Amino acid sequence: MLLSKIIAVIALSGGEAGGGSPLDVNPGLILWTIVTFILLMVILKKAAWKPILNSLSERELFIKDSLEKAEKARLDAEKLIQDNKSAMLHAEKEAQNLIEQTREYAEKLKSQLLDESKAQSAKMIEDAKAEIERKNQEAFVKLKNQVAEIAVDAAEKIIRTNLDKEKQVGIVNKYLDELQKN
Amino acid sequence: MTTLDTLHTAADSLKTAVATKTQDTGWIMHHILDSRELDFPPFGVIHLPEIHLFGIDFSITKHLVFIWIAVIILSFFLIRAAKSYKKSKVPKGFNNVLEVLIVFVRDEIARPTIGKGFERFLPYLLTVFFFILTANFIGLVPYTATSTSNISVTAALALISFGVIQVGGMMKNGVFGYFRGLIPHGIPSWLLPIMIVVELLGLFTKPFALAIRLFANMTAGHIVIMALIGLIFILRTYFVVPVSISFALFIYLLEILVALIQAYIFTMLSSLFIGMAVHQEH
Repeated sequence: MLLSKIIAVIALSGGEAGGGSPLDVNPGLILWTIVTFILLMVILKKAAWKPILNSLSERELFIKDSLEKAEKARLDAEKLIQDNKSAMLHAEKEAQNLIEQTREYAEKLKSQLLDESKAQSAKMIEDAKAEIERKNQEAFVKLKNQVAEIAVDAAEKIIRTNLDKEKQVGIVNKYLDELQKN
Repeated sequence: MTTLDTLHTAADSLKTAVATKTQDTGWIMHHILDSRELDFPPFGVIHLPEIHLFGIDFSITKHLVFIWIAVIILSFFLIRAAKSYKKSKVPKGFNNVLEVLIVFVRDEIARPTIGKGFERFLPYLLTVFFFILTANFIGLVPYTATSTSNISVTAALALISFGVIQVGGMMKNGVFGYFRGLIPHGIPSWLLPIMIVVELLGLFTKPFALAIRLFANMTAGHIVIMALIGLIFILRTYFVVPVSISFALFIYLLEILVALIQAYIFTMLSSLFIGMAVHQEH
């Protein structure tokens, strides 16, 4: 009772000042506000917050996914490049090896051919020498035989003409002349 | 609540003041207080219907009209934004602003203060943030009133916040567990009676502070603007006009900042209290 009287007095004094105080509480307005606010919350929850928050989180997920995918693609590409590089390196090494091998083979072939031809020419020279030697021998033997024949001929003639001294000397001189001519 | 209509009323009250040979401050209160009519100074007055139900005055008042306007504006823009998300995931134009605010409330307010399970409270926190923000900004438009500078409105918001805090705590910890969790662990038993009283009082002081803070902040700026404009009529000289107008303009710009900050603070503290009620172990 006393409290309500005090409140009434305060309200009245406020009313005199200018129609009320800013601290006046209006229960009707409180209820109106609560009802309005709760209605607003219910409507917005259904029509706005749920779809907006859902699509926001969906989008965040999408972005996260995309980033992860991009990262994965980047790693894949890097790996591919690495692979390519190593394959290229390998191929280059192979090619180098092949060239080296070929060169070695060529070198070997060259030296072999050279050796072979050298040996062949040496053999040919050797053969030619032997042939010359043989021919020489042959010629020498022929000459020896001829000389022997001539000697025998000469001896024969000497013996035949041995009858007279004069003739003997004449024959010898004649033969010597013949020899000289030859 | 702008300079223009303030000047109009100030001039009106000056006339009456001159007529009655008094200098009253009623015209300031006229702007701050709720009323049963919408004032559009040079054009006229719209009288709002009076409703009485169950012995309570349910009359539609000026501030209630602007609450409803805020609700309509909010619903329009937010539902439009929600529809645009159905078409494409990339927001355009004004929806970008809304998205920034929504993400801000979600990632800077709800997530760090409530932690696990914050999604359940997001609709409430988002609604209260956007509602207070819109109501505050509407108060800065000419020919309007700031509904959040009415203590009944802020008390209603605080009551809802109180309900959400308590229900949130009880849903997580159970009714009994929630009340037991209010009292910190390891307290000597002879302190219990005091602690129970203190903690119960604490439950009610939190929303009370919420209500008073929002009300006081939104009222103060307007009173300061009125008082600065009123200087012209109190001092009865034109020389004070540049000072009054520039100071009033400065306060007006400050009000824009305050409108944002108060919406943030109310949401932040509600979220913090919800977090404390839900995770009592901290």
